[in-house]
Amino acid sequence: MKTLIKLFILFAAAGFLVILTSCGQNGKNSKSGALTSNAAERVFVPPGEHDEFYAFISGGFSGQLAIYGLPSGRLFKIIPVFALDGEKAYGFNEETKPMLQTSYGFVPWDDAHHPDLSQTNGEIDGRWCFINANNTPRIARISLKTFETEEIIEIPNSAGNHSSSFVTENSEYVIAGTRFSVPIPQKDISIDEYKGNFKATLSFIKIDPKDGKMDIAFQILMPGFDYDLTHPGRGKSHGWMFFTTYNTEEANTLLEVNASQNDKDFIAAINWKKAEEYIKAGKFKKMRTKYAHNEYDENTHTATSTMRKEVKILDASVLPGLVYFLPTPKSPHGCDVDPSGEYIVGAGKLAASLTVHSFTKMLKAIEDKKFDGEAYGIPILNFDAINAGTVVQPGLGPLHTEFDDKGYAYTSFFISSEVVKWQLGTWKVIDRKPTYYSVGHVMIPGGNSRKPFGKYLVALNKITKDRFLPTGPEVCQSAQLYDITGDKMELLLDFPTIGEPHYAAAAPASLIAPNSQKIYRLEDNKHPYATKSERETKVVRKGKEVHIYMTTIRSHFAPDNIEGIKVGDKVYFHVTNLEQDYDVPHGIAMIGANTSELLIMPGQTETFVWEPKQVGVWPFYCTDFCSALHQEMQGYVRVSPRGSNTPLKWSLDGE
Amino acid sequence: MIKKTAIFFVMILLISACNSGENQESARGTSDNFEKNTPKGQASYSDDVSAKNILQVAMSSPDHTTLVAAVQAAGIEHVLVNAGPLTVFAPTNAAFDALPEGTVETLLKPENKSKLAFILTNHAAPGSFNIKALKKEARKGRKIYTAAGDYLEIVVDGDNVTVGGAKILATIQTSNGVINVVDKVILPSGN
Repeated sequence: MKTLIKLFILFAAAGFLVILTSCGQNGKNSKSGALTSNAAERVFVPPGEHDEFYAFISGGFSGQLAIYGLPSGRLFKIIPVFALDGEKAYGFNEETKPMLQTSYGFVPWDDAHHPDLSQTNGEIDGRWCFINANNTPRIARISLKTFETEEIIEIPNSAGNHSSSFVTENSEYVIAGTRFSVPIPQKDISIDEYKGNFKATLSFIKIDPKDGKMDIAFQILMPGFDYDLTHPGRGKSHGWMFFTTYNTEEANTLLEVNASQNDKDFIAAINWKKAEEYIKAGKFKKMRTKYAHNEYDENTHTATSTMRKEVKILDASVLPGLVYFLPTPKSPHGCDVDPSGEYIVGAGKLAASLTVHSFTKMLKAIEDKKFDGEAYGIPILNFDAINAGTVVQPGLGPLHTEFDDKGYAYTSFFISSEVVKWQLGTWKVIDRKPTYYSVGHVMIPGGNSRKPFGKYLVALNKITKDRFLPTGPEVCQSAQLYDITGDKMELLLDFPTIGEPHYAAAAPASLIAPNSQKIYRLEDNKHPYATKSERETKVVRKGKEVHIYMTTIRSHFAPDNIEGIKVGDKVYFHVTNLEQDYDVPHGIAMIGANTSELLIMPGQTETFVWEPKQVGVWPFYCTDFCSALHQEMQGYVRVSPRGSNTPLKWSLDGE
Repeated sequence: MIKKTAIFFVMILLISACNSGENQESARGTSDNFEKNTPKGQASYSDDVSAKNILQVAMSSPDHTTLVAAVQAAGIEHVLVNAGPLTVFAPTNAAFDALPEGTVETLLKPENKSKLAFILTNHAAPGSFNIKALKKEARKGRKIYTAAGDYLEIVVDGDNVTVGGAKILATIQTSNGVINVVDKVILPSGN
């Protein structure tokens, strides 16, 4: 019924827009605002048709990653990454609890900021999406085949993992940087001793080209600035990483004033090929530390967490040629590299202009030793020697820049709430469009690659206010879709998102959809408690532990009557979904269980624990509307007193 | 007040200007077109990894071409690919051939679509009943309730099992239920 109403509204809205459209066409030019001639038609994906792009939009402080279609803005899935998700039992079932383990113990939430996609030869390859956790530093890898989080690695010697998780052009590394410098290693000292004593690390996490598995190759020890954002070099600058910094003042209190004193902060240029040479030459120090590495195995449907104890550290202050500082005005935030790899854009968030550095000039300045001093042994390059150009007074509060495939750049301006299009090389402003609602990042599909798809730009806004129906003090977050194929940008669509839509990455659907997993094959299921047929179902007692080997198939559990459970037992429901049919999961939930439901994909096994506290007969049922007889999919467990002799037995239909 | 009236007046003007223009038809944007754009739904979906559903199994069987043709003529393909679970008693081509001459041809005529659908749904029952389950049902004295509303009696005679008078020739497990191949068309009791 709800769907019908929605459909009706959709038809009505579309019809209304068609009327407006024909009206606009009579008037020839009405190219303003959201109702440009045929905006509705350009974002409308009719029933039964598919979107052109997958957009992976970070869930910010929800800790998750959400998938939308472009141009429709339709939400397809929320992938749990750093936070518990009761719907999918992520972090609740026994199989995925290890995914949220850290050196601090179980951390069930985080702040997920920058999704980035794997690349091959500088182009998006549709294999994995990486995303960072800001708060308790971690990087996650999400499979674009199963759309599930497959791996999470904790980043030691870091705090405020913000300048992360950007991928180099052959997916050699995913990079993580420190925003909040800290004592490395941690120690009990006065906060006033920040200057010179607090440090940051920039982590280079090797990606296995075969299966995507992550391994911290090395960390570069840096002065105690705030490392804000980063982008890899590409093409000619492949082998370099660029990090914006602020708080080069090294203030430790009231940063809004004290970190805004220097006229220029830096973009740190890291030569990671040089770093690899230093590692090879043994110029690293091994540091004892502790960090969790969590992996989900697709065959056992189970995650494991292992604690690692050591990292290799390269000290930037003593290793020449490893790091250079590019002076960049006023607390630069965004650090963006154009598709050719020549231009490095630093958006000084307090600056009136955008600064663009030239990679070629940077190399020349290094060669000619055009240094203006050094900081902690790291050479500071002469600003004029490396500057490619300046976009003068483009707007207020520049944040982030993305690029199309035609030599244009698109920068977001937080304070003036707009997106400004400008030209690389001439540094001229071509167009500006208001976003109205304090835009943060902008995203063009394939943006962080040599081959952007310059059709759409998505603005990810911090504030929504009156854009949608109000829902109390907490309103939805929003994204806005612009068509960027013409000289002028056109706003096509607003769509609500889960909060906060911090940054995003997108890829053509044709790269990802054909690989999408449909089912897990039962014969490949290596879960230690898998039950592959109803004949094998059983209930096994081991002292106070009871293991129920259960199956589901439309539309019953086997077994569905269980007796002989006692108060104080720890009952494990190991449930295998015997279905081998796409889109037929089953769920299960038990009254009073101190955990979530399970949602079990076809061929998968999942486990939840129930500790019955009361004598009685307690029902469980299927939570996912699976079939015509879904309501009949239920069962009972009899719980007897602790000392009783009720025999352990189980059955389905009395057999 | 004057301002509001003025705005209203301008709006009327705009709308009438709009109406005075030619009626422009959009290629998309009418519900007719949405329906045309919509694929056939679940029945048109297939992939390489899922187990085959009832319709897919029936369509691959050379002994069930009449049944499949009848299902298509009755427009009930979606029923056979639904999540189910469903048990289908699938008469062979020979079973249809055994009907009085002209019966199948008459039923396949468009005007008899609903009658055909009624007869076919009398061969489908909610639930998963393979031959083993049918024997159990018979032992417990239970009948099979069909989607057309009939109760079919199960008779077990040694290895032979008949349902509604039709003998089970084979049982096939599918992704969304069970196909029991039968040697007779089971006509609804009202007929």
